[in-house]
Amino acid sequence: MSDMSKYISQVVNSIPPSGIRKFFDLVIQTEGAISLGVGEPDYVTPWHIREECFYSLEKGYTMYTSNAGLLELREEIAAYQKRKIGVEYSPANEVLVTIGVSEAVDLALRVLLEPGDEVLVPEPCFVSYAPGATLAYGKPVAVPTYDQDEYRLKPDVLESCITPRSKVLILAYPNNPTGGIMTADDLQPLVDIIKKHDLIVISDEIYCELTYQGQHVSIASFPGMRDRTLVMNGFSKAYAMTGWRIGYACGNKDLISAMNKVHQYTIMCAPIMGQKAAIEALRNGNTEMVKMVADYNNRRKIILKGFREIGLDCFEPQGAFYCFPSIKVSGLSSEDFCEQLLTEEQVAVVPGNAFGTNGEGFIRCCYAASIPNIETAIERMGNFLRRHRPA
Amino acid sequence: MELEKKVLSLLESDAKMSIKTIATILEQDEERITDILTKLEQEKVILGYNAIIDWDKLGVDGVTAMIDVKLVPEREVGFNRTAERISRFPEVRCVYLMSGTYDLSVTVQGETMKDIAWFVSHKLSTIDQVQSTVTHFVLKRYKQDNFIFEEPQQDRRLVVSP
Ligand SMILES: Cc1ncc(COP(=O)(O)O)c(C=O)c1O
Repeated sequence: MSDMSKYISQVVNSIPPSGIRKFFDLVIQTEGAISLGVGEPDYVTPWHIREECFYSLEKGYTMYTSNAGLLELREEIAAYQKRKIGVEYSPANEVLVTIGVSEAVDLALRVLLEPGDEVLVPEPCFVSYAPGATLAYGKPVAVPTYDQDEYRLKPDVLESCITPRSKVLILAYPNNPTGGIMTADDLQPLVDIIKKHDLIVISDEIYCELTYQGQHVSIASFPGMRDRTLVMNGFSKAYAMTGWRIGYACGNKDLISAMNKVHQYTIMCAPIMGQKAAIEALRNGNTEMVKMVADYNNRRKIILKGFREIGLDCFEPQGAFYCFPSIKVSGLSSEDFCEQLLTEEQVAVVPGNAFGTNGEGFIRCCYAASIPNIETAIERMGNFLRRHRPA
Repeated sequence: MELEKKVLSLLESDAKMSIKTIATILEQDEERITDILTKLEQEKVILGYNAIIDWDKLGVDGVTAMIDVKLVPEREVGFNRTAERISRFPEVRCVYLMSGTYDLSVTVQGETMKDIAWFVSHKLSTIDQVQSTVTHFVLKRYKQDNFIFEEPQQDRRLVVSP
């Protein structure tokens, strides 16, 4: 076979392979492993939502929808955003239904960036933002957030990373992988900086329903921020609908229509089955969703207490379904810790540096797992630490 | 009271949940949870703890029937006395007072159909207040107390994902 790699573009070659992928290959070879390494709910989609999809198929809904998505769904999304974050969007031209938040982020970056424009990416964070910026010929700039700040983005740190080329700021709270959130008081000082430097914000709020203390606040709800913020959200986490691939972006109509232009030529539209299911989720899914969130909250308390008992330092995560403890007591690097924990104790967690270089020294543990599995995992990690704590 | 309700709803979802786990979830001392449980058990708010078992998997045969029972109500006590009387038979698993065309729904368990036929003819129909009975045998169980039979609850997620 001939070597075709020379045909791969420079920009794609410049993107490093995903740290998660590497670890995945290791985990699947380990039998009987308990995995706290997943990034999705442990529920299947509530039955009434699945059932609504069957019904739509029976009725013959198997066609394309308008590029922006079913108007009915966009109306439900607009109503939801008004309830949730108090911001109004016109279903006609300010809501775009996408293939998950993943596509929405990609569209926004492609639409906003000129080659060389800088994207401020608070890290540690979800793995797609920096590669997405690179693929859109932009330049990702890591903005560190810290354990001692509970991974809130601090205004002075943000400001120190801004240059004349800075154009986009990504905010992703509640946060994957840390579980950190930003309250209204935390966001307020960022608003002035964003305006002063004329930044556009991509606000990935996919975990907004998984906020365990207080209310989720969106940066878009601050005066003057609506038009410079693209709010992204979806169904994957709150409604346990990862496989349906439905997300959306809301924002100023000029930005949304530009995104729709790219979406129209690359995707055409999100699948109608998922859109039908998403309508059902927004109309009737609240009860089940609230139950799932209450269950995550129970498990959050168990994992946090468990980690502290075995001597892993951890701030209290207030959102998403992740815990991000420090493993510095072990004296191991994140990757060594995860590999050895897997081979010695058959517990899979994800090295923190897979989410940005300043995730080094931490691990991401997902508590969307059964309580017995979480408790066993903690016990095994306790055994591991007893062996690996330098005397 | 609120705390008691929370303890109960956790146990209702998983009766095997340990006191330590309950205490962690509700952010209480273990002693406090133990006290609450003792009290709830003494007051018979918690009547007991059962396992939900799929006996078919072990090839253990058994027969369950649901019997619709029509009663003649009694002065002062209505249906209560008869219902309590029926409840005392060990083969009777559940007794509910129903709205509609009959009065009691009685669930009976036995090893064979004969056991149940014997119970109905000798014990149940012979009670003075029992006017009539209609016996329905259970052919297959699909779901019981929140658990779906024959649904292997396996985790189909990728073991590691972003
Ligand atoms: C922060 C964050 N954003 C976006 C996504 C992707 O979401 P979607 O399934 O809607 O594409 C994930 C999934 O893990 C995530 O953690």
